[in-house]
Amino acid sequence: MAFESLTERLNGVFKKLRGKGKLNEADIKAAMREVRMALLEADVNYKVAKDFCAQVSERAMGQEVMESLTPAQQVVKIVNEELTKLMGGDEPQYLHIKNKGQTVLMMCGLQGNGKTTHAAKLGKYYRSQGRRPLLVACDVYRPAAIQQLQIVGEQAGVPVFTMGTEKPEHIAQQAMAHARDHGNDIVILDTAGRLQIDDALMDELVRIKEAVEVDETLLVVDAMAGQEAVNVAKTFNEKIGITGVVLTKTDGDTRGGAALSVLAVTGKPIYFQGTGEKLEDLEPFYPSRMASRILGMGDVLSLIEKA
Amino acid sequence: EKTRTGFFQNILNTLTNCQIDDDLYNDLEEQLILADVGPACAVRLVDELRDEVEKNHLKTGEEALDALRGIICQELTPRYPLELDGHPAVILVIGVNGVGKTTTIAKLAHLYKEEGRRVMLAAGDTFRAAASEQLELWADRAGVPLVQAGQGADPAAVIFDAVKSATAKGYDMVIADTAGRLHNKKGLMDELGKISRSVKKASPEASLEVLLVLDAITGQNAISQAEEFCRAAGATGVVLTKLDGTPKGGCAVSVWENLGLPIRFVGVGEKIDDLMPFDAQTFVESLLPEVPAHKED
Ligand SMILES: Nc1nc2c(ncn2[C@@H]2O[C@H](COP(=O)(O)OP(=O)(O)OP(=O)(O)O)[C@@H](O)[C@H]2O)c(=O)[nH]1
Ligand SMILES: Nc1nc2c(ncn2[C@@H]2O[C@H](COP(=O)(O)OP(=O)(O)OP(=O)(O)O)[C@@H](O)[C@H]2O)c(=O)[nH]1
Ligand SMILES: [Mg+2]
Ligand SMILES: [Mg+2]
Repeated sequence: MAFESLTERLNGVFKKLRGKGKLNEADIKAAMREVRMALLEADVNYKVAKDFCAQVSERAMGQEVMESLTPAQQVVKIVNEELTKLMGGDEPQYLHIKNKGQTVLMMCGLQGNGKTTHAAKLGKYYRSQGRRPLLVACDVYRPAAIQQLQIVGEQAGVPVFTMGTEKPEHIAQQAMAHARDHGNDIVILDTAGRLQIDDALMDELVRIKEAVEVDETLLVVDAMAGQEAVNVAKTFNEKIGITGVVLTKTDGDTRGGAALSVLAVTGKPIYFQGTGEKLEDLEPFYPSRMASRILGMGDVLSLIEKA
Repeated sequence: EKTRTGFFQNILNTLTNCQIDDDLYNDLEEQLILADVGPACAVRLVDELRDEVEKNHLKTGEEALDALRGIICQELTPRYPLELDGHPAVILVIGVNGVGKTTTIAKLAHLYKEEGRRVMLAAGDTFRAAASEQLELWADRAGVPLVQAGQGADPAAVIFDAVKSATAKGYDMVIADTAGRLHNKKGLMDELGKISRSVKKASPEASLEVLLVLDAITGQNAISQAEEFCRAAGATGVVLTKLDGTPKGGCAVSVWENLGLPIRFVGVGEKIDDLMPFDAQTFVESLLPEVPAHKED
């Protein structure tokens, strides 16, 4: 699908208003309608988009238009700054890995979002940093889930702990003992995909967290998700308490508004993004890049940086 | 508890929604957007509703809601049945990663076997870790045979072999799995074209349905997915999975509006019988459950 960039959209709105002058209420209102449409087309949640536009309007009101920018560019600049702020700033954030003992990471999320693949990607990533990770097969339901983890574990050069279809909390506990005995300093738990409304399976995650001390509970979110991403993230956070997000399948052409929605409702950072099916396809998450991707603002950002 | 709030909500609605006004139109538009129908498509549908309200002199919010449901329902009702009368009838299942292709194949195998068809599966995902092990387990559960080759084998060749083998052994249906792929990867999309051509090569009498699997949680990217899968592999229909979750699956409405791809089945769980033929009425009722209560803001 061809996307019109936000600047193009806004140029239409500001046709009359050229160069100097202040941004007035009517202009801003018209501009915010365009911003809102762009956000919705990018799958930013309806309510999140509404709040965001209110915030941007407030800041834009009465602003002097800069010499160096058109009014459209000026609004894009404000939108970009606010969006980047909301997404967590300019710099990527990193998981907190302890220097002593074991750090436990638990992958959780909806079915098919990329938990198993990203457990292995993280294993490979930390192994390349000289750590000694261990993958743990806590998905005891999905057909061939354990074999899948064994295969990707082998590809990543990371050992995999399995106990068949025992209770996941029990497997996690035994894995900790195994990790201590074998000198594994990062323990990555792969769990089964589940719906946030499935109470029995959500309780299972709580039981895992009671059985072992989980340091980072990572919600794995598909970047192609739409309006419901908000409710998924909110409920996972309320029921089991997440500490961060891994955004997957960003190698597609999705605008990725789900990222903003998830951040807005949980306030938890996105640590990594998945950029492909291969195990090296893992990158730190740059909030500012994602902001310009969501709204198609890449075109003016270089210009704005100079302003 | 749910029915109680529903009950009071409805009383409230009949009190506040006697009139059809801009607030009601806005609220319906919001409901559609929140269901992932997408802003442009939502505006179009609500415009159609405005015309209908005027033409038929509708008065209450309830009537407007029913009219909107009717509009969508009529559009989504498939105009022709699945084409399954070839020898064999081939169903090729495609889509982006993790949407539920392999699970859907198991469900389809179960469904058609119960209907008395002789079904064979083809393990066309030769790429993903443990993909054929997964399908093998499902084939066992469904009680149908599976044609597979080793990791990294040419998927078009596997599917060609399956169609040949089915023809030779008197099976009347082949359901073929493919590896998940993002629709913006040209090489992988071209591979799908080759796969679908291999079906007719193996049997000129074969019929071919190419079902695109969409995860109900997908947002507006579904349109781009459908465009590319239609272009590269000639998708003929949609299976909407994971409707047992909270998403309404409105992305399939925008896919219909943009590409005219009919929804054929819905997936409602992870078990083998969690597949239902698509019913537009049920779908629309869950998409637009009730007249939105007017809000203060
Ligand atoms: N293109 C792309 N594909 C990905 C990415 N991450 C995962 N995948 C693919 O998405 C599909 C699902 O990945 P899994 O790791 O099995 O997902 P899961 O969350 O463990 O799935 P369940 O265990 O069934 O809930 C596979 O085909 C992966 O190869 C990514 O970043 N980009
Ligand atoms: N809740 C629910 N889960 C489903 C449904 N259909 C599939 N799943 C789950 O979604 C996950 C992915 O399903 P698969 O069938 O492996 O998906 P796929 O499209 O073959 O994945 P790739 O081959 O990796 O691209 C699994 O955990 C399934 O159990 C459904 O209708 N509802
Ligand atoms: Mg998994
Ligand atoms: Mg599959």
